[in-house]
Amino acid sequence: MKAERPRLYGLVAEFSSAETLVVAANRTREAGYRRIDAYSPFPVRGLADAIGFHRSRLPLVVLLGGILGGGGAFFMEWFSATVHYPINAGGRPLNSWPAFIPVTFELTVLGAALAAVLGMIVMNGLPMPYHPLFNVERFGQASRDRFFLCIEARDPQFDGVATKRFLENLNPMGVYEVEP
Amino acid sequence: MPDERQTPVIEPGYTYASVTEKISSIVLRRKTPRGWIVGFALSFLLMNALLATIYLLLVRGVGIWGINIPVAWGFAIVNFVWWIGIGHAGTLISAILLLLRQEWRTSINRFAEAMTLFAVACAGLFPLMHLGRPWVFYWLFPYPDTMRLWPQWRSPLVWDVFAVSTYATVSAIFWFVGLIPDLATLRDRAKGLLPRVVYGMLALGWRGSAKHWARYETAYLLLAGLATPLVVSVHSVVSLDFAVGIIPGWHTTIFPPYFVAGAIFSGFAMVLSLAIPIRKFYGLEDFITLRHLDNMAKVMLATGLMVGYGYVMETFMAWYSADPYEQFLAFNRALGPYGWAYWMLIACNVVIPQLLWSRRVRRNVPLLFVISIIVNIGMWLERFVIVVTSLHRDFLPSSWGMFYPTRWDFAALFGSLGLFLSLLFLFIRFLPMISISEMRTLVTGEEKKS
Repeated sequence: MKAERPRLYGLVAEFSSAETLVVAANRTREAGYRRIDAYSPFPVRGLADAIGFHRSRLPLVVLLGGILGGGGAFFMEWFSATVHYPINAGGRPLNSWPAFIPVTFELTVLGAALAAVLGMIVMNGLPMPYHPLFNVERFGQASRDRFFLCIEARDPQFDGVATKRFLENLNPMGVYEVEP
Repeated sequence: MPDERQTPVIEPGYTYASVTEKISSIVLRRKTPRGWIVGFALSFLLMNALLATIYLLLVRGVGIWGINIPVAWGFAIVNFVWWIGIGHAGTLISAILLLLRQEWRTSINRFAEAMTLFAVACAGLFPLMHLGRPWVFYWLFPYPDTMRLWPQWRSPLVWDVFAVSTYATVSAIFWFVGLIPDLATLRDRAKGLLPRVVYGMLALGWRGSAKHWARYETAYLLLAGLATPLVVSVHSVVSLDFAVGIIPGWHTTIFPPYFVAGAIFSGFAMVLSLAIPIRKFYGLEDFITLRHLDNMAKVMLATGLMVGYGYVMETFMAWYSADPYEQFLAFNRALGPYGWAYWMLIACNVVIPQLLWSRRVRRNVPLLFVISIIVNIGMWLERFVIVVTSLHRDFLPSSWGMFYPTRWDFAALFGSLGLFLSLLFLFIRFLPMISISEMRTLVTGEEKKS
């Protein structure tokens, strides 16, 4: 690895179909590249596995959001009805927990849903208005009908010439340099 | 079934590129059609009836409506329940049908979700207006009050506040998450600077990375799983606003499931009422095919039968309970001064939808459109019967009375329709009304390559 900042963000190859992209991504990983990412206009089955992304911790975040929402809601109701402002209404128990369930349920869902969306956005590093890939003119097609595979320059195995030759051997429609 | 295979969910011959082009061009390339301008202008005009009502309401109070004792819940609550019910079909299509892997939902889910959002917006206005002092609506939320007051957690009306506001929030974020990849498509396809910047900001810099898609799909699936019990809970809680009261005609345990079925029934009717003209007007018959209309008609038929069962059970329980007030209510509902509304709702919700058993009717687009409008009217009448007929004659004949809507009742009802349609017109003009990224996954076979 060189110490100075690399001149390139990486190299990106364009493919015409999801199948060829998955094959190419698998071969790239088998060749030892690790800092890779694939881009497609819709979710492609097996692509995340192919680039070596296996587990997302998002479900855990959603679970915590739900627990926080529901637990917080019930605590708020219990606290307000029994400690902070107890009212004896016809001798009914202050902690009338069955009547607290609807609000608890709604806030459980709210907490979990907000955690799912915010978690997804934050873990994906969004919002990110600028990204080096947007410098590649052809990359605009990634949101239409083209599939891209990028090997980043930070990859220990990255070499301007050899990596470009490797990508060209994957049978792409084109290989482009990505400026940082 | 053979017809299922004959009519595809997307007509053959489309590629990733042509699907993208066809849907995004409605927003980006085509000139604003004259029909759109006329439709939006009329809706906007209608919306001003709502604004005028709100103005007058703030100046003079809820007395501008026909409500009084004993019928203190008039059109405002009828409209609230009607609108929120309409919203439910959008969530059903986007969440429950996703979990059931019904791929035909793909081309209708986006605008069904938009419909949900706008219907909930209309619904939310009515209880606020009905408060009498709408500017203190925040009293319903737990806020740091200097007198240490809290909302009454044991009241269904407080549950309703939480249910509806959660529903509105979750519907909005679910819709937005679905939009992100399509906003990126619009960003990349837009020509002008302003649309590129606006769509670019809204797309959050989405670039379709495989890692992003993996988390995105997880989040979307979890949201669908969360929205499914939520949508059932919302109309159940709405029904508890009634069922927890002791008024004959309200105090029944069948209300929650019967309300949920009614909500889906009216919601699908509204989706059909919107989808049929839109697909015709924008030439989207290849994406919203007869199969979609047929399936939605079947859902309408099934939920309509559940609602019909609810009507039968209400009457049966009135007899079986041996409670004279319940029995009187059952007679009064059918034969009293509001009997016309009851028989109209039976005709609209039970009798006429039976036509949908026929496949020919389900595939006759103009007739289906008419039936969907009839069901919408019928479901509004159902809520009218529940609210007004039950209240106007309860236990003591000395406290009986009648409810006559004023012009401002109608102005608020039709004005809210104007608000709903205005929002819908804006949505169709500025956002892709069909999910482009999901439609791409329906493209199969050799056509895949562009």
